[in-house]
Amino acid sequence: MPSFLLTSLLLIFGASFLASWICGRCSDKCGWLLSLAPFGAFALLASHAGTIADGSVVAYHVDWFSALDCAFSLRLDGLALLMGLLVTGIGGLIVIYASGYMHGHPLLGRFYLYLLSFMGAMLGLVLSDNLIVLFIFWELTSITSYLLIGFNHEQKESRWKALQALLTTGLGAMAMLAGFIFIGGVSGSFSLTEINAMGDVLRESPFYLAMVLLVLGGAFTKSAQVPFHFWLPNAMAAPTPVSAYLHSATMVKAGIFLMAALNPALGGTELWGNTLSIFGSVTLLLAVVLGLFQKDLKAILAYTTLGVLGLLTMLLGIGTDYAIKAMVGFLLGHALYKAALFMVAGSVDHETGTRDVTLLRGLRGLMPITAFAGGLAALSMSGLPPFFGFIGKELIYKASVKLEGLELYFLLAAFIGNFLMMALALKAGIGPFFGKSNHLALPKKPHEAPPAMWLGPVVLGVGGLVLGLFPFLVTGLLAPTIASILGGPVPVIKLELWHGFNLPLLLSVFTVAGGYALYTIRGKFWAVADQVRAAIRPWGAEAMYERIFNATIWLSKAQTRRLQTGRLHDYVFMIVLVTVGFLVWAILNFGGLQFDIDWSEFDLIMMGLVVIMVISAFVAVTATAYMTVLVALGTVGFGVALIFVYYGAPDLAITQLLVETLTVVLFMYVVLRLPPLKTISSKMMRVRDAILASTFGFLMMLLVLKAVNIQFNHAISDKLAAMSYPEAKGKNVVNVILVDFRALDTLGEITVIAAAALGIAALVSVKFKKRKEGTS
Amino acid sequence: MKYFILGGAGRLLFPCLIVLSLIVLYRGHNLPGGGFIGGLMAATAYILVGIGSSMRVAKEKLRVDPVFLLALGLAVAIISGLPGMLTGGVFLTGEWLPTFSLPLLGKIHLGTPLVFDVGVYLVVIGFTLHTTFCLAELAQPETEEPVD
Repeated sequence: MPSFLLTSLLLIFGASFLASWICGRCSDKCGWLLSLAPFGAFALLASHAGTIADGSVVAYHVDWFSALDCAFSLRLDGLALLMGLLVTGIGGLIVIYASGYMHGHPLLGRFYLYLLSFMGAMLGLVLSDNLIVLFIFWELTSITSYLLIGFNHEQKESRWKALQALLTTGLGAMAMLAGFIFIGGVSGSFSLTEINAMGDVLRESPFYLAMVLLVLGGAFTKSAQVPFHFWLPNAMAAPTPVSAYLHSATMVKAGIFLMAALNPALGGTELWGNTLSIFGSVTLLLAVVLGLFQKDLKAILAYTTLGVLGLLTMLLGIGTDYAIKAMVGFLLGHALYKAALFMVAGSVDHETGTRDVTLLRGLRGLMPITAFAGGLAALSMSGLPPFFGFIGKELIYKASVKLEGLELYFLLAAFIGNFLMMALALKAGIGPFFGKSNHLALPKKPHEAPPAMWLGPVVLGVGGLVLGLFPFLVTGLLAPTIASILGGPVPVIKLELWHGFNLPLLLSVFTVAGGYALYTIRGKFWAVADQVRAAIRPWGAEAMYERIFNATIWLSKAQTRRLQTGRLHDYVFMIVLVTVGFLVWAILNFGGLQFDIDWSEFDLIMMGLVVIMVISAFVAVTATAYMTVLVALGTVGFGVALIFVYYGAPDLAITQLLVETLTVVLFMYVVLRLPPLKTISSKMMRVRDAILASTFGFLMMLLVLKAVNIQFNHAISDKLAAMSYPEAKGKNVVNVILVDFRALDTLGEITVIAAAALGIAALVSVKFKKRKEGTS
Repeated sequence: MKYFILGGAGRLLFPCLIVLSLIVLYRGHNLPGGGFIGGLMAATAYILVGIGSSMRVAKEKLRVDPVFLLALGLAVAIISGLPGMLTGGVFLTGEWLPTFSLPLLGKIHLGTPLVFDVGVYLVVIGFTLHTTFCLAELAQPETEEPVD
């Protein structure tokens, strides 16, 4: 019986392949129908939550590339379960939401294909137990997210931003793969379970530094840590359901997931801890400060995502039990409210036609349900009691106040981050709905969004409230997650809203007060927003990315101009020159100019044939009309065929004859369209070419003479000839080799032939069309 | 009809060449021949008709698009590899029917390598004719209707 892990993956991938068909049948209900797949996977995973809470692990294993130690193995532990539930649960809501948001879009089926493939890739990523399988799913998320971000591909901006995300995360992934190979080499295994059990070996390895840096290269680019943070706000070019999904539960969390999953193996050192916490805290501070100067609803949310990612990385770097507990709690809380807020932002955009927060206010009367959901999510994000966000924030403060000395910097970072984040939460989730209504100034008259579009935000918003009131509901989920990250037994944790009067509570009070104060003066930031953004742009990471990008393009163009001149003459010259070099090397390698030739096999008929061929070759080179060249070359070809016949190779001879005939015929058609032969090269160049060509011919002759002397291993050909009849029932060894012994090679060759035929047709038809357009 | 003798010869030789190509294809396993040579011969038959009369006549004689032959040939070659897997071998392991005799033709050996060779035969015909037709169209766009 296949494991439920595999079933859940197949369910989502299956839905993605059926999406187009289903959307073609019933475009109105397809979102609801398709959401059954992620919800089904959610139910499958959730049904095993009890087992996982007890500390067991569910595994599934199929041998794949055994030679590379790459098994298709899946594993469900606490961390995988938490991530899997978020991916499928939020994914299902997003699928429903998208059916409202993208209503009537002509490419809805394609959109769902991308979205569900992305979901499947993400689920595969968090479930995989083999680093190579993980890498494959990782790359699949990069590719599918590229398609999603660039979904509005008719806009240049969209394409550019999608490419940016792909290049940034793709380059990081290359580094990560190198890191994985180091890990695999040192530990002797690609299985996450085994690797995590031998952390000591890895940490003492001389390659430890390389492993950490390379793996973090992948994680930091994916999770948009400074200095790779710029692609994330740009990924807003995607349709809003995609942003909601990418930012909350998936894509960007993949990097966090990877760091958390490898924490038992690579963590616990100063290098790991300091790198993570410093980069994380810088990302956090940078993101929230930049977020203040954003006026676009989605941009504000994108910067808060960035901040949260920084915070999570920082907590992982601090790495104490408290910090991990805080990280896990915050991870869950963030996924809930961020998805809800993005969906709310999408609904507002959809209904009003703008995302400019300076215009949006007082919508609560017109969009009451959306306002309700947005308010709940924003309050949870602000970390107000009794929401789950409050618990997450309290956990962070509890973890931070335990720090000492210089590390108190992290407490400061967390505090600043939190209160700025609260201001941003209010801006994004509360601001548009309260205050005096100005709906007349909006591009569209707003209405309440359809049910498909408020269901998700309401479920997630209420979820944040319910989990805040009854946090014991998720302790069974969070405790094994902590165990997976720390690599220990499942701890007993208690999550509570009320901890009594203590330092964390005091910090919370200051956070709320500060956040609210900042929210009230938001207009001051917006007033200077454009200037500030323009001022820092040349110094930012994105400008650096553009410089590197343009430099690469320049380099590529420069070397292409030199090497790819577009002149056949240059290409042939290059190829022949290189071949001459290798020939010289080969001849010297096999004993130099020592020949031992048996002239007895060389008789008069051969001599005559060779003389005819040599004369024809001269005629071909010196001729001034195509027809002469063709006939002369044909003569050489037929001469070769006759040589084959003479030495008893009928198969080769027939093939040579046929190919020669067809080449002449086909060439005729081309020649008819060519301008008459002209001398276009200078005299010097022709002398140069003649020398090269003669050298090449001479060396080929030497090589043939050498080949006669060298004793190759005859065992293979003798064996094939001997086996031909008894094993393959064929007396013609050449044919038996082609269709039986080496049939796979032949299959490859005919595939190439088929592709070449299509290529030729494409080339010809392009020319043909151009000419037709030119004349008409 | 542009060339009287070539056109007439083409019409007469066409069936002979096709039959010859099939014979070459079949006997390839034991004697010089095989799918590649057979395919080239069959293609030559069509090209002979094409030059003698016109490429349109050759196309009509072929009935199907050469691209279809490419696809069909690849499919046949791949399918020929499957029976071997059923009996536990790897992909493309040869499987043979028991030898039987037919009047005139003598002993007949049929097996998956022959099917594979048929695939090669089809791909070679498809390649050669597709290329020829395209180039011929390029050469004479005024007299021949372009095919979309």
